[in-house]
Amino acid sequence: MEQKRARLLWQCRRGMLELDAMLQPFMEKVYDDLPGQQQQAFAELLSNPDQVLLEILMGRTIPENKDVANVARRVREAAGP
Amino acid sequence: MSLARRKFDVLAIGAGGGGLRSALQLSREEANVAVVSKVFPTRSHTVAAQGGINAALANVLPDNWHWHMYDTVKGSDYLGDQDAIEYMCRAASHLVYELEHYGVPFSRLDNGKIYQRPFGGQSQNFGGDQAARTCAAADRTGHAMLHSLYQQNIRAKTHFFDEYFAVDLIKDQDGFILGALVVEIESGEPLLIEAKTTLLATGGAGQLFRTNTNARINTGDGLGMALRAGIPLQDMEFFQFHPTGIAGKGMLITEGARGEGGYLLNKDGERFMERYAPHAKDLASRDVVSRAIATEVREGRGCGPEGDYVLLKLDHLGQEVLNKRLPGISDTIQTFLHIDPAKEPVPVFPTAHYTMGGIPTNRHGRVVVPVEQGEEEIPGLYAAGECACVSVHGANRLGGNSLLDIVVFGRAAGNDIIDYLKKNRYHRQLDNSSVEQAMARLTRWDQKGDGERVADLRYELQATMEKYCGVFRTKEVLQEGVEKVLQLEKRMADVRLHDHSRVFNTARIEAMELENLMDIALATVVSALAREESRGAHSRIDFPQRDDVHWLKHSLFFKEGRRLEYKPVTLKPLSVESFPPKERVY
Ligand SMILES: Cc1cc2nc3c(=O)[nH]c(=O)nc-3n(C[C@H](O)[C@H](O)[C@H](O)COP(=O)(O)OP(=O)(O)OC[C@H]3O[C@@H](n4cnc5c(N)ncnc54)[C@H](O)[C@@H]3O)c2cc1C
Repeated sequence: MEQKRARLLWQCRRGMLELDAMLQPFMEKVYDDLPGQQQQAFAELLSNPDQVLLEILMGRTIPENKDVANVARRVREAAGP
Repeated sequence: MSLARRKFDVLAIGAGGGGLRSALQLSREEANVAVVSKVFPTRSHTVAAQGGINAALANVLPDNWHWHMYDTVKGSDYLGDQDAIEYMCRAASHLVYELEHYGVPFSRLDNGKIYQRPFGGQSQNFGGDQAARTCAAADRTGHAMLHSLYQQNIRAKTHFFDEYFAVDLIKDQDGFILGALVVEIESGEPLLIEAKTTLLATGGAGQLFRTNTNARINTGDGLGMALRAGIPLQDMEFFQFHPTGIAGKGMLITEGARGEGGYLLNKDGERFMERYAPHAKDLASRDVVSRAIATEVREGRGCGPEGDYVLLKLDHLGQEVLNKRLPGISDTIQTFLHIDPAKEPVPVFPTAHYTMGGIPTNRHGRVVVPVEQGEEEIPGLYAAGECACVSVHGANRLGGNSLLDIVVFGRAAGNDIIDYLKKNRYHRQLDNSSVEQAMARLTRWDQKGDGERVADLRYELQATMEKYCGVFRTKEVLQEGVEKVLQLEKRMADVRLHDHSRVFNTARIEAMELENLMDIALATVVSALAREESRGAHSRIDFPQRDDVHWLKHSLFFKEGRRLEYKPVTLKPLSVESFPPKERVY
């Protein structure tokens, strides 16, 4: 469990500030309270290449998998001032 | 000591465009190449480059490499080395076509040729009409380059160590670089990679500043490693700030927003750029606009409760223009500020963008250091990309020239390494004391107990650099900056980690990144204090003019004794006439 979380935290380090600024706070503030299925979906979301991930998190592309789409929406909502 | 070891001909540290282009050249020549990257290669920062890459293809408007060279020399405020600039501009077309063959899907014109867009600082005929020199793969040029180069490397059988963090270079008594100590991030286990040649391609150091456009991985690790190996850093006082970053967050809002008619306002609702640049106004060059914003804030005309930003007005452009011409920007603003730019103005502040300085190299990518007469190469060490200072960008980089720099000099370094390997066919004997030193850097973080937190100290460092070494620089401000950074550096010794686990211990990596940032911060602020002139990105309020008599030279900062030396700018190109320094007006 701990190891899986640690691994995901590293996967949140990306090549673009926009992604870092959404993923890292989400991991710190929201991830632990998610049900298992959504945690899984978050891991799946992270497996996308950076540009695709940016499109998804900006809401310009909706992933086919409903859970992934949901968790992406939550990541976007959690970003902000 | 049972330290695991591997041996390669070449170790490349960094898998961005620079590291990958170089590795490809080498793997194709059957050299045995290892590429180490702290993140998965295609997550390197090159992926963020959207604008494009410069080459005088003349597909849209007349152009040639010599005009590109002129623009680059002028853009550098004459601090760029003209031999390296000629080399880069001459090579540009060939390298862009090569990228096309590797699979980069460049945007096209109706006639099938590569589309080219105009960018700031580009001219025809040595300062004449606007040129169109930037080739782009839609708005994902860096992404396309990175993925294509990665695929080519896989095909060429480059050996990748993904998610390995390089700790320090290994060096012997004769000054040869023998490889590096790295850690596998997943297991936390150290690994010694011995190599006949080592290439640093670790990218920039935007994380030096609180507000920056860079990914969080851009902590200038290669620069820190070089300093600790006794190598100076060149021209660190030159850091490019982009005038319009999202205030407090850093994300870039492109010049395009002002190009489309957006403009800046202070708290009195004044279009203040009219005062600073009566002709170009909001479209003046990056350094001018950045300084104007910083001045407004310093003089109490900033907006918001803290008065620490200005506003970028876009709402008069209308929803349709915003959606059509600036879609990405609207999304970014809405996501991070929860503001609709079609209704409200956007808080902006200058954001640190590009590291012009770096590890001194010649145009073959070899790391060079000053000796009594001239320069000497560090045997077995190369650098390419944003971490290197060739120097083609001098005091100020032009948009689109960095992606070019990384492929041109990545390839050049690859070619030179092939020659070096022919003459140096065997691994040298390992130097154990150097290995122990590197290991000590790692084990230091096993210390337990209470102490300062990495995150707190990093934040203080970034805020200090922003305040005392940002766009607004005077002797007093910079002196204070040096003092503050020295105090922070002392506190490094008290930092302790709470997490001592091995597996994916992000905290330990972040601690080592902070050590690197600390070293580079000092190099930057000390170099900035010493340079008493304004040139390119380095602007001193107390020395507003460029001073070619005293300061047409590169700075070199040494960690030992925090010493500065200087070396001349190469004004002589390879084959054409030199462009002598002139006043830089746009
Ligand atoms: C938002 C943004 C937009 C940009 N747009 C453009 C543009 O349109 N055109 C242009 O020309 N330039 C642009 N630039 C600049 C350009 O993207 C960079 O200068 C360039 O991509 C740097 O490439 P690089 O290969 O030197 O380094 P990077 O791509 O940063 O790669 C660095 C590599 O080093 C590795 N690394 C670092 N430290 C370590 C360590 N300790 N151990 C192991 N591995 C390590 C990383 O994992 C990574 O693989 C832009 C920059 C930004 C911030």
